[in-house]
Amino acid sequence: MKVKVLFFAALREQLGTAGEEIDLPAGVATVAALRGHLARRGGPWEGALAEKKNVRAAVNQDMANPGAAIRAGDEIAFFPPVTGG
Amino acid sequence: MKISVQREDFDLSLETKNLSRSEGVGAVASFVGIVRDVHMTLEHYSGMTENSIRKIVEDACTRWKVMDCTVIHRYGELSPHDQIVLVAVASAHRGDAFSACEFIMDYLKTQAPFWKKEHRPEGAAWVEARASDDDATVRWEPPARKAS
Repeated sequence: MKVKVLFFAALREQLGTAGEEIDLPAGVATVAALRGHLARRGGPWEGALAEKKNVRAAVNQDMANPGAAIRAGDEIAFFPPVTGG
Repeated sequence: MKISVQREDFDLSLETKNLSRSEGVGAVASFVGIVRDVHMTLEHYSGMTENSIRKIVEDACTRWKVMDCTVIHRYGELSPHDQIVLVAVASAHRGDAFSACEFIMDYLKTQAPFWKKEHRPEGAAWVEARASDDDATVRWEPPARKAS
């Protein structure tokens, strides 16, 4: 299943990338599972996406909970808590 | 409804004048956020930003009698004293305009995907989100949701 993953702000800098197209293995079907899948790459991924880190997510540009389902073709974004206004 | 995410500055009096044109408008309440004391870069998630602001405004419209609304949020490089954000709400009476304006601003701070990076003499750093901003939205939630 192919999805588009995006990273913003501090997370983008820590990971050294603004995003990528990724082909997910079977069983990675939620936001939390995708986050864990990426964290298992190790190095900066493990540090930036560790469970204790306050990371928010959006699926197709809507704020999403860790349990939210992801489907082929989705755009999933990970980012720190927002600081606009 | 006008929602704009832009690099350019905005003109409060012009935006207020535009909101005043709707039939029956008796009040326009506005909030302008200003850069305090440090140069900064504002990043945003293009597309989601506009959508999230639109949802917040639509939510406000279900709670108060809002006749028209303008939200402008800037991104890019900003300097001290620059305007960052404008929320302006037109209504028949001040109560609805004040409340809706404050509601939109509170939710914008915790829901709209913007991130500030401050450029200080000792180096650049991303601004940490403040718990007080989350607290500010709780007061608008109905009791049932507050408990969960």
